[in-house]
Amino acid sequence: MIVYLIYKVALITTILLLSLLIAMYATLVERKFAGFIQDRYGPDRAGPWGILQPVCDGVKLFFKEEYMPNTADKFLYILGPCLTMMVSLLTSAVIPWGGTISIAGNNFPLQVASSSVDILYIFAVVSMGVYGIMIGGWASNNKFALLGAVRASSQMISYELAMGLAIASVILMTGTLSLQQTVDQQTSMWNVVYQPLAFLIFFICALAETNRAPFDLPECEGELVGGYHTEYSAMKLGFYLFSEYINMFISSAIMATLFFGGYHMPFIDKLGLSPNLLTLLGTAFLFVKIFLFLLLFIWVRWTLPRFRYDQLMKLGWKVLFPLALINLIITGIVMLLK
Amino acid sequence: MEKYIFFTLSGLAIFSAIMVLVSKRPVHSVLYLILCFFTIAGHYIMLNAQFLAVVHIIVYAGAIMVLFLFTLMLLNLNLANELRKSILARVTAVIAGGLLLVTLVAVLKGLDASGPIMANTQIGMTTNIGKVLFNEYMFPFEAASVLFLAAMVGAVMMVKKE
Repeated sequence: MIVYLIYKVALITTILLLSLLIAMYATLVERKFAGFIQDRYGPDRAGPWGILQPVCDGVKLFFKEEYMPNTADKFLYILGPCLTMMVSLLTSAVIPWGGTISIAGNNFPLQVASSSVDILYIFAVVSMGVYGIMIGGWASNNKFALLGAVRASSQMISYELAMGLAIASVILMTGTLSLQQTVDQQTSMWNVVYQPLAFLIFFICALAETNRAPFDLPECEGELVGGYHTEYSAMKLGFYLFSEYINMFISSAIMATLFFGGYHMPFIDKLGLSPNLLTLLGTAFLFVKIFLFLLLFIWVRWTLPRFRYDQLMKLGWKVLFPLALINLIITGIVMLLK
Repeated sequence: MEKYIFFTLSGLAIFSAIMVLVSKRPVHSVLYLILCFFTIAGHYIMLNAQFLAVVHIIVYAGAIMVLFLFTLMLLNLNLANELRKSILARVTAVIAGGLLLVTLVAVLKGLDASGPIMANTQIGMTTNIGKVLFNEYMFPFEAASVLFLAAMVGAVMMVKKE
């Protein structure tokens, strides 16, 4: 019992620190990548190749002046960024990060909590994501913040639908809500081969749910100053900005798990290594997939211009939603005939 | 252990339900209602009904309350322009609430709480719910879905200009 408890706490701490670390360095990779695309160097002053830049950014945010508007709703103003941060970290609980590690006869699966409703849990947490932004935007008592919050919430509600239907067609195919089993079923072939359209829809919706370009209208600086975080400063602002990168990391992990075989490496059984080493290798392979998706997120941001708001709504409701519905129906028919 | 979790959840549920009523600002009321939904979802999990718990959060806390909050934010209700109800409306509300209390008490009085109520503890799992829903309750389920579809089409028609 006590061993089990220690292992769980250690696993949770590792995943938490890893998410924070990866999110930290995702900011640096983003700036470097932006530099590459715009034909300049990007940050290169702090440390060799600028690898201390995220640390400097963090320190800067911590020591900035805390500012709170006079007319703000004090409690909700503080609750907003905290909620956003908490919700973006919550999803990592059900993602299977690897197989099982066995030490001295005890088996330790590399998943914090496995339940029979993993995928629904992810839905639930994703649908909670909108509250942090809405509460923060409303509590600031600023028209730009409110407009940003309203935009964010309507955008997230609209894209949740298509995202849900895309996942539903995967569930229909695999016949399970458990992520562990979804991964296990993909040993021979990845889900993306059978469900390319579902993956495309899921990826576009993930961009919209994480408020990334080309869907970053809630913080559209040309029209709304800073959107929902206009009135925020110091580490409260840091939480909002940082949670975007954690969301990117987690949604990359979900995409890798649902569509790209999770921690399964092709031909891994032929290597003839010990089971523990194979598990670690699988986890490393999962992280390679996650990093590729993170790069894709960043690449899209610096390539595509922002949508207009009516275009965004049109894309969500008139293109993605019917496509996801058709995909679901076709999957249903194929599963019935099989 | 389970007893403590139950009492914590119940206390929190009752506290948040009361706060929904006594909060002065409508947005606070909505947020307390969301907290209340979460505590109820916790109760579902304790009854081994994971599917129900998660769907409860997705539908109520994740969709319906977002729309509530959305509307309240746009309305921007202040303490200053709060509607004052007339005496007649208040008296009617008290009588209606009292009648509801009488009904609830009457229902609970006839309840036999001596033995465990739930016979099948696995009924809350997704597979079992699906089997029951699509075998025994096939017709009501489909009828409800048609009703929802009709409501959705109606909503779209009302929004559409001409």
